[in-house]
Amino acid sequence: MLLGPSLTVSVILFSIGVAGVLFRRNAIVIFMCIELMLNAVNLSFVALAQQLGPEGHAIVFFVMAVAAAEAAVGLAIMIAIYRHKGSVNVRDINLLRG
Amino acid sequence: MPASVGWVWLVVLAPFAGFLINGALGFRRPDDKRTVSAIGVGVLVLSFLAALFVASGVLAHPPHGAPYVITYWSWMPVGALQVDMALQVDQLSTVMMLVVTGISMLIHVFSIGYMRADPGYARYFAYLNLFVFFMLVLVLGASFPVMFVGWEGVGLCSYLLIGFWFDNKAFADAGKKAFIMNRIGDFGFLIAMFLIFQVTGTLSYVGVFEEAPHLFEVGGGTITLITLALFLGCAGKSAQIPLFTWLPDAMAGPTPVSALIHAATMVTAGVYLVARANVLFALAPVSSFVVAAVGAATALFAATIAVKQWDIKKVLAYSTVSQLGYMFMGVGVGAYAAGIFHLTTHAFFKALLFLGSGSVIHALHHAYHATHSHDDAQDMRNMGGLRRYMPWTAGFMWIATLAIAGVPGFSGFFSKDEILAMTFARGDDWGAFYVLWIVGTIAALLTAFYMTRMMLYTFHGPSRTGEQERPHLHEAPWVMTGALLVLGIGSVVAGLLNLPAVLPASGWLHHWLEPVTELSTAYLPELHLAPGTEWGLLGLATVIAAVGILGAWNFLKPERLVPAKDAPSESGLQKVLLRKWYVDEIYDAIIVRPIMWLSDRVCWRVVDGGIIDGVIVNGSATFARAIGWIGSRFQTGRVGTYVFFFVLGSLLLLRAVLR
Repeated sequence: MLLGPSLTVSVILFSIGVAGVLFRRNAIVIFMCIELMLNAVNLSFVALAQQLGPEGHAIVFFVMAVAAAEAAVGLAIMIAIYRHKGSVNVRDINLLRG
Repeated sequence: MPASVGWVWLVVLAPFAGFLINGALGFRRPDDKRTVSAIGVGVLVLSFLAALFVASGVLAHPPHGAPYVITYWSWMPVGALQVDMALQVDQLSTVMMLVVTGISMLIHVFSIGYMRADPGYARYFAYLNLFVFFMLVLVLGASFPVMFVGWEGVGLCSYLLIGFWFDNKAFADAGKKAFIMNRIGDFGFLIAMFLIFQVTGTLSYVGVFEEAPHLFEVGGGTITLITLALFLGCAGKSAQIPLFTWLPDAMAGPTPVSALIHAATMVTAGVYLVARANVLFALAPVSSFVVAAVGAATALFAATIAVKQWDIKKVLAYSTVSQLGYMFMGVGVGAYAAGIFHLTTHAFFKALLFLGSGSVIHALHHAYHATHSHDDAQDMRNMGGLRRYMPWTAGFMWIATLAIAGVPGFSGFFSKDEILAMTFARGDDWGAFYVLWIVGTIAALLTAFYMTRMMLYTFHGPSRTGEQERPHLHEAPWVMTGALLVLGIGSVVAGLLNLPAVLPASGWLHHWLEPVTELSTAYLPELHLAPGTEWGLLGLATVIAAVGILGAWNFLKPERLVPAKDAPSESGLQKVLLRKWYVDEIYDAIIVRPIMWLSDRVCWRVVDGGIIDGVIVNGSATFARAIGWIGSRFQTGRVGTYVFFFVLGSLLLLRAVLR
């Protein structure tokens, strides 16, 4: 039931997220794109849980918890970087260059 | 086995104890020369007395068939290879043991006087004791490996004593030369041992010599190879062509060392080895002929060089090479007893000649030292007329000269004549032996000539030593002349050991050694001469000696000689002989220089510098750095790049999983 469309949406969302991570330069946008990918995965879990049992729901809750923690830590790092460099452009954040 | 034979360990270990004590004294109390002499000579006296005791037992009950073998412990129990640390006492090793301990004892006594003023006195006696120990291991060992220990040990001591005055680079180089040339010979010895073990499965003399006649066919390829390899070892140790050039250089060592190691004992080890392995050599007629031919060639070749040397020790060194050639001629034609006989008589008269020359050098060295002159104390052109200053030395050296020249009645006459007679006798068998006999006879003529020349230039004619030095010339102290006296007696009477067959009480040594050589007699023709022929050969030998001595006496004019520093340079054949046929230069050009070039240009610059340092060491570093550089290109510091590769990798992984 609505499995095909759900998964299609999920794939589209995930691809948008990947493209955003790859091509955007603003760290906050990249961050949001990662959230997008996580939620795309959550959507596919929920869709498949209809047929495969409740474990998918459980995993979604875990993902949401981890995503929340990640957002908290990630945003804190962003702020710290901004304070330090005055920018959140990933082009400027390249201290670990080889 | 007689009880006295059980004491053979004392013969061997006494000099070793002397080495340990004198070696320790060399570090602790190097100036206590009295103690060092007492120990150095004392252990040799002990060893000699023990040797006499052992020999008395062997004389009373000579071993027949099996020799007396005393096993002390199992040395190499490795599967099929069972080597015991064992000593063998039989007729041959008894003779060698007596020669080694007796001559060594006299030379130790002589050394007390000769080395008196040397700062390395204790070290010298320690080395000399160690040498005697190893030499006794060599002649008394009951198997090839035990002999090899002694063989290598005497080589080591030879190296240490040639380079005894190692702060002189030429002397140290002479030591290295001796060591390296001996290494070439030792390679042959090792190969021979490996082959013997492969075929017979044992390395003890008793085992090998009993098995050999059943396992090898006469003249077979393997036995020929084994004996030729053994002879390569002998040629190295005993300074035969082509490995003889180290021995004249070895004269860099102190003169008593030249007398002991490089004349009387160590260099005869090769002759002993051939005589010991007589069964193997008798089974390989080709090798035996090679031994005899090389011996004859060396005898003549070295004699020609000795004719034109000015250094008194060089004359004696080439004379030694030449006489060793005779010994090999003897053992090569199958007259093993004759070879050992000449070894014994040669040990007496050549030790006497060397010690006498040492006494001369000692006197000249002191005279030059007193006047701070830098003239060469060994150059005969700086001597002349010394019989007035050192009559005893001159007299004893004349005895030895008459012995080596082959004057009837002296020991060398009998021993050299027996070798030549046996070679002549083999001529019946194969005509080539007549050629060897002729070569040997010419060498005998030259021997008489160059020895008389040496005596004439050293002791007769006007003195060419400088005016200021002359009053300082004096006879050597009694410890030195005393040793000469005993050796002089030996040089005269040692001939009685083995008189020619035509004389009464003949061939004692020959009969004595028969149990050792009897296994080989089956493969050798009977060496027998008609009494008429034998008398003829004895007469010819007498004529040859007389012609050589009188020729030199009348032909050479010592009064025309000038001191070395005023001497004109030589030309023509004289120069060729003086420069020793340029053998050293030839070896230098065809062996030493190519090896140096190869080592420098190929081994060092290409292999070591280019391949090992360049490619392997620096190359691996460059490779690691290059890989690291490539890896570091991915490390851009940009998150985007990382993510890109991460996604790419994930997609590839996904594709691989979903396939």
